[in-house]
Amino acid sequence: MDDGQILTQVRDIIADVLDQPDLQINAGTTAAEVEGWDSFNHINIVVAMERHFGIKVNTAEIEDLRNVGELVALVSRKLKESR
Amino acid sequence: MRLADLYWLPATGDIAERIRQLRADRTLRWSDLVALANCRLDFVQTNQLDKALQRWPVEAGPISRLKLALLSSSTVNHLLPGCRVAALRRNFYLQTFVGDYAMYLADLQDEGSALHQYGPDVLLCAFHAQHLIGNPDPALSPREADALLEQAVDRIVQVWRLIRQRFHAQVIQQTVLPVRSLIVGSNEHRLRGSCTTLIERLNLRLRDLADEHGVDILALDRVASDDGLRTWHDPVLWHRAKQEISPAAAPAYGDLVARLIAAQRGRSAKCLVLDLDNTIWGGVIGDDGLEGIKLGQGSALGEAYVDFQQYVSQLARRGVILAVCSKNDSETARLPFERHPEMVLKCEQIACFVANWSDKAQNVRHIAAQLNIGIDSLVFVDDNPFERNIVRRELPSVAVPELPEDPAHYARCLADAGYFEALHITADDLERGAQYRANLAREQLRASETDVRGYLSNLDMELRWQPFDRVGLLRIVQLINKTNQFNLTTRRYTESEVASLMADEHALTLQLRLADRFGDNGIIGIVIGKVEGDSIRLDTWLMSCRVLGRQVEEETLNVVVGEAQRLGACRLIGEYRPTDKNRMVSEHYRKLGFELAEETQDGTSLWTMPVRDFSPHETFIRQIRSA
Repeated sequence: MDDGQILTQVRDIIADVLDQPDLQINAGTTAAEVEGWDSFNHINIVVAMERHFGIKVNTAEIEDLRNVGELVALVSRKLKESR
Repeated sequence: MRLADLYWLPATGDIAERIRQLRADRTLRWSDLVALANCRLDFVQTNQLDKALQRWPVEAGPISRLKLALLSSSTVNHLLPGCRVAALRRNFYLQTFVGDYAMYLADLQDEGSALHQYGPDVLLCAFHAQHLIGNPDPALSPREADALLEQAVDRIVQVWRLIRQRFHAQVIQQTVLPVRSLIVGSNEHRLRGSCTTLIERLNLRLRDLADEHGVDILALDRVASDDGLRTWHDPVLWHRAKQEISPAAAPAYGDLVARLIAAQRGRSAKCLVLDLDNTIWGGVIGDDGLEGIKLGQGSALGEAYVDFQQYVSQLARRGVILAVCSKNDSETARLPFERHPEMVLKCEQIACFVANWSDKAQNVRHIAAQLNIGIDSLVFVDDNPFERNIVRRELPSVAVPELPEDPAHYARCLADAGYFEALHITADDLERGAQYRANLAREQLRASETDVRGYLSNLDMELRWQPFDRVGLLRIVQLINKTNQFNLTTRRYTESEVASLMADEHALTLQLRLADRFGDNGIIGIVIGKVEGDSIRLDTWLMSCRVLGRQVEEETLNVVVGEAQRLGACRLIGEYRPTDKNRMVSEHYRKLGFELAEETQDGTSLWTMPVRDFSPHETFIRQIRSA
């Protein structure tokens, strides 16, 4: 899976969690720019991503993920490691 | 197969789309919401459905509404949609309340607190390990460890007492999750100050004490050990957000809570309807014959079916009614029950046996009618997805689990789905199988008697009545809270409320049992009357539908009038409050000779009858006052 595909899926997950089907985001979008992406939903997004991609996000990593590009990079790295 | 995944609910691919459509619709239909809640939902979908549910105009409908308050020591807000949707799954509307973080003691004590204003019907105590026992020194002496344990127990019991004193509510205590890592290993129990040791002991104590305090246990520890603790608790999220339970497990957590709430209100399933071929034995009896079906020793598959039958048999033993619904010729279907040496289930255990070639939805309806129970108290188990879908489509209120492929997992599936969740096991539960079989024998007698009067007089019936007492208390509370159909007012009372009625001089309480030549039916009727001036107002009158059509209503009235005369009352006031389930008794008081006194817009009616010149109804029942 390339980063573009991951981005599409990450977008879908965030849209589902935030309940905004038409959400527009790109790699540079930060949490602060998206309505509803608070710390409560941040956890939901991470957990939903873990389930979707079959990965596990570490304690150290969970704090940092505040922009979409970082989420995509993390998923991409984890998927490669697990291969 | 993890309980956390709600794997017994049918998965549909388009669930997100359906939820979206529902929310786009102008008019929200309750049945659509319930239908979606009965699909397999992950936590994101659960949250989405919950948002749709929040649009439901609560005040409008006749949907039963309950208020849940969570008293917790960790973050629980993420669990609330799961609770609400799980309640929706069971056809009731749940409101939720969470107090300030770990402020529950103050909230309980302060009568002006938001918790008191909220007035919950259910209080759920969810405390985490560290909150209760802190970080103990592992090297504690046995005596110190005991003291620490008792301290934690006392704290919880104090909470229960406060609740009991201030609220008439169901109390649910969640057992403590053993989240700490082992310090010793398999023999951890030898280290008295180990967190894991202390939590295990604490959970045991909670179970013991819950009974005497009238508290229901939510066995989170057991679920986590079955499912894998990591499914339920993620230490990363604990450190990040103080979520003791992972959001991913929230839908299942909610389901566990809703089961207990439903069980308390008599909304657990009562009857297991079983398919036969490839459900309780391997193969098709009509094709493979008695020697060809797989059952018992000799094949792994055959043993798996025996194992499932044993589980079903145990369910029956504790009060679940069994029925058979099979596409077969009747004689062929019965053959294994009568002739196969490895069959665990016997014909006598099956309260209603239906084997024919008509469609299963129709047969399931017939079973509910025969057994005189609501269609929503049935669980339909069939290995065939086609039959499952027909029953789901035709009878959406029947629970139809997605069975796993392998019969080795059937029992686990029924257990995980929690259809038959029960809070108390009464002597009547243990007798139920026999009672339904006796009913069948009565039916056969009825078929052989051409006239009803002859049938009734032959039954040799005896109505044994007495005021409420401690012995009958559990069963009385159970009946009050689960009887829906023959229930004039559907007022629900907790154990402590019933206990206080027993002590009340202005209350008339009756528990009635019916015995006949086929056996004792147990407690089948409850009447609560309240003295108001020169009248007795019948606050509650309910009866088990098992004894319908046997003149029990008339004979019960004879008893009630006798008691009213003894208390010096001039008249009885009967009350009927309509619900979506009790239409069958709307004319109850008219039939018994009461006169309509008043009818309000919501359909509630009041009926009166003088007791002075009452001439008792003639019945074929002898009445006897028990000790």
